[in-house]
This record gives sequence, structure tokens and C-alpha cells, in this order.
Amino acid sequence: MHQVVIANRLTDGIVVFLGREQEWLEGLEGCQPAQDTAQAEALLARGTEAEAEQFVVGPELIEVELREGILVPVKMREAMRSRGPSVRTDLGKQAEN
Amino acid sequence: MYQYDEFDADFVEQRAVQFGRQVEDRLAGKITEEQFRPLRLMNGLYLQLHAYMLRINVPYGCLNSTQMRKLAHIARVFDKGYGHLTTRQNMQFNWIKLSDMPAILLELASVEMHGIQSSGNCIRNITADEYAGASADEIEDPRVYCEILRQWSSLHPEFSFLPRKFKIAVSGSDRDRAAIKAHDIGLRLHKNEAGEAGFEVFVGGGLGRTPFIGQSIRAFLPTQHVLSYCEAILRVYNQLGRRDNKYKARIKILVHEMGGEAFGEKVEKEWAEIRETALELPESETARVGGFFAPPPHEKLDDDDSDLAGHMAGDPDFATWVEQQTARHREPGYAIVNVSCSPVGKPPGDISAAQMDGFADLADAYNFGEMRVTHNQNLVLTDVRKKDLFALWQKLVTLGLATANHGLISDTICCPGLDYCALANARSIPLAEKLSERFADQNKQKDIGEVYLNMSGCINACGHHHIGNIGIVGVDKKNSELYQLMLGGSAEEDASLGKILGRGFDEDGIVDAVELVIDTYIELREAGEKFIDTYRRVGPDPFKEKVYSAPA
Amino acid sequence: MPLLKNGNIIEDPYTRVTEGEELPGEGPILVDLALWQAQRDALVARSSEVGVQLAAGESPAAIAPDLEHIALVALEFPAFTDGRAYSYARLLRERHRFEGELRAVGDVLIEQLHFMDRVGFDSFDMKSDEAAEEWKTAQADMSVWYQPTGDERPTATRLRRS
Repeated sequence: MHQVVIANRLTDGIVVFLGREQEWLEGLEGCQPAQDTAQAEALLARGTEAEAEQFVVGPELIEVELREGILVPVKMREAMRSRGPSVRTDLGKQAEN
Repeated sequence: MYQYDEFDADFVEQRAVQFGRQVEDRLAGKITEEQFRPLRLMNGLYLQLHAYMLRINVPYGCLNSTQMRKLAHIARVFDKGYGHLTTRQNMQFNWIKLSDMPAILLELASVEMHGIQSSGNCIRNITADEYAGASADEIEDPRVYCEILRQWSSLHPEFSFLPRKFKIAVSGSDRDRAAIKAHDIGLRLHKNEAGEAGFEVFVGGGLGRTPFIGQSIRAFLPTQHVLSYCEAILRVYNQLGRRDNKYKARIKILVHEMGGEAFGEKVEKEWAEIRETALELPESETARVGGFFAPPPHEKLDDDDSDLAGHMAGDPDFATWVEQQTARHREPGYAIVNVSCSPVGKPPGDISAAQMDGFADLADAYNFGEMRVTHNQNLVLTDVRKKDLFALWQKLVTLGLATANHGLISDTICCPGLDYCALANARSIPLAEKLSERFADQNKQKDIGEVYLNMSGCINACGHHHIGNIGIVGVDKKNSELYQLMLGGSAEEDASLGKILGRGFDEDGIVDAVELVIDTYIELREAGEKFIDTYRRVGPDPFKEKVYSAPA
Repeated sequence: MPLLKNGNIIEDPYTRVTEGEELPGEGPILVDLALWQAQRDALVARSSEVGVQLAAGESPAAIAPDLEHIALVALEFPAFTDGRAYSYARLLRERHRFEGELRAVGDVLIEQLHFMDRVGFDSFDMKSDEAAEEWKTAQADMSVWYQPTGDERPTATRLRRS
């Protein structure tokens, strides 16, 4: 099991991930996935704290996996969120890389 | 079209200021997301997969060029340079920052626009026939009643917390171009034997996970009672509609569970109590609002334009476009022009800021400064002189808005799907793109003829898949997209719901399956039969056989 | 719960009594529908005011014939999203001509007071003591209304005609 916390940033709604230094990142690189339930709970607790601090909205745990050395979400929905719309590859995170 | 007076302007500006304050409170951390969510939804602001999404009302699809330019401005300054036309004749933006919302709402208010009630469990933007006021088969202009209903429904204190969202559509012609039977309330203007105008009232239509065609509960409602009758329907629904399960909360479930007749009786009983109140429309009010929808100053013209015939003879692309995209106007020498926003291989309904600006210029030059958004996610110019069609077409070509596929298979209805939407299970836009590429050949499309292809990325059915002649719905099966095919739906006066043909397909499989369905139709059709006619004559079996016997 | 009435936070004069409890000897009481129906005659005979609270699924039709004996009707909002009581309020005011106090209880939010005010509520069980201030601010937000709802406010349509 590998999990990270995903959320939308309050001010602009942009998708962010909770990084290894407990900072919010716009991409998955720099995330340290939780390996077990205890780590996942700790990660989500930090995410929930950030929601209470009104920094992000809707923090949740998602499954990720390493593909060719890169962290990617397992579910299609979160894959979409981590990249941007598949029909507009000129937009979203995929366009910034 | 309707123009705000001081009351309307105050109303929208006050609401913009109020929401601006709520946004400031939210950004300052004074209110939580839980508290803020209902407030932002009431102003049309969603949180989607990638960012906030703002849905802006286009009342019954009517826009002027100033408003369109403002939407272009918003696309450019506050979004990523494009907007999306929706099946409620609205426009939505996908990349909005919460912190920009106060500024955006004031920009919108300055051109008589807003997002009030474009979300939430209230009465949503009222939709109408996009040919209103221009079509040759019109009985009475539905926009007059749409505007009267729009005002009545705006922050209606009794009906702002209904069991679920509520959609009203009004049609004023024999031909139903507003899908009224797929609405919570559908109003059909017609005339009685005495020649007076009134409404046939349908209730309980709707799509989503439990689709129903609306039932007629009153054959003739004199127009002056439209508000009291709608209020009676809403009041019965507000008290009795289910609140225990959001999937059973739409009025269609109540009507289905009670039966149309019993529901109608309750409405009539309630209506008897309120029909002679301040809700009754005096003739002066209908006339006042009607004045805003007076026909534009048409010239007296011959219906046949010699220049047009010449251009059509000389340019086959133009001729194809005229044949496909124009409809008969009631005034001689004028045409209604359908402008497709579903070009081959592109997301249906997406329109760039440059196209918005360019189209606004065309509306000014050729259409008295006005335009319409259709529930098929296209645009319409209602009053173009036939002699201007060639110049208009040339400019539409430059703008990338001259696709000649009105009513053809590549003119799809398609929801945003998993590319944008937080509710979706599967993507829908890539399918629409692939299907339109598969059928891109103009002669082939033309030969296939009128067929409505609708697709949604989940069972909520924003892409109206149940009422497409061919419908596709995406589901998530073990983390891969699976598409189900349904046939036999119709959104028009002969409304019907499509039925699932059989097992689902992957993305390429569904494109092949649709082609097999079309092949079957072409084999079986008789002279003059549209796709839906053939399907209704022969039933699903021949299609099923062809689609599922093909080598995988 | 702070009670907002006529723009001020006031002490609620009513004591709540539910079925099974003994009726207090005197003073205004607020009872639920079950108690009202069980002890209607005793309650009507009381010298001080009696209020009846209706739960969200209880239509005011149940008390309509008795309204002359009822000084207060409290309508419950189990969640702010449950809008049934807006219809009940209008029915009480406009259909049954109820002129007593009409109170909103339950999940009552500042943002909803406009709507509640317009359908005939005149007192509100609020969540905080700041409600009076907040309501004053919120009241200044909107000045245009489109629907005739039986309150005294002129609608935009009426103002246009005058």
C-alpha cells in the first residue's frame, strides 16, 4: 500500500499533494507515500489540519504506485487530477512540465 | 431581448456584493468549507477535479454581443482562454480562482449576468427553443414566459431549498426543440379551439439514474396562470418530495410513485387556492415583458436571394453549409443560422475567447447584436438576411465555426466527463472526438441523415444519453472505462427513452459499435426514414445481432 | 438557544414540554404535536399562551382548525437544506391566516433569514448571540424581491407598475 494526500488549494482550487516536508506541492514528486495504515492516518491528519487552517479543501488519501521511477495515482480520476484534462494536454499540470 | 431595469440591476449587484463578502470571509478563514459550500453553489461555483468551475446563466439561451465579449474577457483574464456551452444553454469556465470571484461577479453584473441558481436545489436556468421569435412554425414566443418565470424564480423564498434541483423548459412551436418532456416542468405553448394561447403542462420528466418522460397533467393552462400553476406544482413537490435519498428526490420520483393523475389532482387542488392572487399575470405585464421580445427591424425582402443562389452554385462547401445549417425564418429573405460548436475531433461545446469575440462581431454585423446558445451546445443567429449568408459563412470559416453538421451524427451532446467533472466515472469528450472523426466524411454524414448522438461520463446523464437516438454512458469498471450503448431515445415531441442494447465496450469498441449500428440502419432503412424511424419500425434485435456478432 | 425576535436577542418566555412530562402550572409553554393532540382540551383551557412545534414532516393542516387557541407555531428545520417549512409557513400565514408568532427552529442560518422573513417567520432560534448584529448586516444585502409571498414587501413587478 502506498498512499498520499491529495486536496484542492482553497484560494485557486488547484490540486495539491502533501509533501515529505509537510508542505503542499503541485506535483507528486517530493511526496513520501505512506506505507501502512498508521503512516496514512498521520498523513491524513496533517491534511485535515491544513483544512482546518483553511489552506486546502477536501483532503483525502489516494493510492499511488511507482511507474518507471515516477509516482502516479492508481485511479484514473486522480491520474486526471495529477495531470490535467486528457483532451487538453496544453492545460493543467501536464502542460507545466 | 430582455433588458434589466433598476430593480434587476440592483438585485444582481447586491447579490454579487453579498457573495463577494462571503468569499472574503472564506478566504480569511472566518467560515469553513462546510458553511461556504451552499453559499458558493447558490452562486454557481463548483469545486471540480482541477479547480473551481463557474457556471454563468444565459437566460433561456439569449445573449447579446456585449455579454459575449464580457464572457470572452473573463475567459481570457480569469480562465484559460475558453468556455464551455452547456445543455442548460449556459456557459461555464473550468479554471476559476476563488480569490477572483468577487471581481468576476461584478464584471458579470455590469452586463446583466450572474451565476445565481445555476447550481443548488432550486429552480435552475429556464430553457427554451433556440429559434424562439424567428421560426416559421412558432405559435407564441416562449421567451416572454421564460422571462416572467425567471424573475418569479429568482431567490424564491419558498423554493430555494427544494428536495433537489428543478428544471423548467418552455417550447412555443409544434416542433419541440427544448426537450420539454425531459424536464421537471415542461410547458408547451399551443392554442385552444377558441384561438387563445395556453400551455400544456408536463411534469416529472428527467434523466439521471432513473429516467422518465414527463407526463401531461393539464392540457390547457391559460397563459395568465403560468406562475400560480408552477407555484402550485412546486409547493406540492416541496412538501411531498422525498428527502431521505438524494437519488430519489427529484420530482419525477414523486410523480412516478404517486402516479401522474394523483399528482395532477394535488396540484389542481392547491392551484384552486392560489390562482386568483397576485401571481395572476395582468395583460399589461405580459405585454410589457413581451415588448422586450418584439421582432428586430426586419427589412421587406424577397424570399429568394439571387446572390445566395449564385454563391451556392459556385461554392459547394458553402452550399453544403447552407443546406445543413440554416432553417426557415418566418420573414421572407431571412434565415435562422445554426453555428456548430462541435467541430470534428474537438470537445463539443468548447469555445475560445477569440471565437467568442469574433462571433460577437458577427452578431453585430448580421444579427442585430444578438445570439442564442442551444441545449445541443451550439450557437444560433436567428435573423440573418439571406444575402448576408455568404459573407457570414466566410467569417465563420475563419473562426473555425463553420462545421456543417447540424442534426448529423457528429453534432453530439457531450458532458465534460472525467476530464473535468468530479462526479464522472469515465471520460466522454475523447469519445465524442473519436466518433466525430469516424463519421467526419461529409457525404457519409449527410447520407446517414438526422441522428442524435448523446453521451455522458456517468449515470447522472448531463450528456442526455437517454434521449439521444444513440446514447452512450460511461461507467467505471475495475478502474477502466466501460461504455454502454443505448438506442431509441428521442428528445422531441415524440420523446422516448433509449434502451441498453447489450454488454458494454471499451473506448475503441464503442466507436466500432456505433458504426455497426449505423451500418444496420443504412441496410434496413426505407425511403425517407430517419434513424429513429427505422429503429422504431424494426426494434433493437437487428442492431443487437449486427453489433454483437461482429468479430471482436 | 438565543432567540432572535424583532431584530433583538430576547429571553424565550416559552418552556418546552414534551409528551410524558407534567404540564407546568402557569406560564407560556411550547409543546410538540403529539402532546397537543393528546391533551388538546387541557391545553386550550390554560390561561397562559400555548405554542405548538411541528417537526419537518408534520403539515400545519394538523393544527389548522385550532389556530385560534395557539399563540406560537414553531417549525423545525432538521437541516438547513430541508425546505419544507418554507411552504408550511406560507400556508399558515396566507391560507390559514395565522397571526401569532411563527418561529424557525433547528438548523437556522443567518443566510436563510431573508427567505424565512419573507415567508412569514418572525422569530428565530439562533446558534449564537451575535445573530442580531449579523442579521442587521445581512438585511442590508438585498432590497429587491420578485415574488408576492403575503408579506408587506412590494415586489419588483408591483413597484414597476406604481
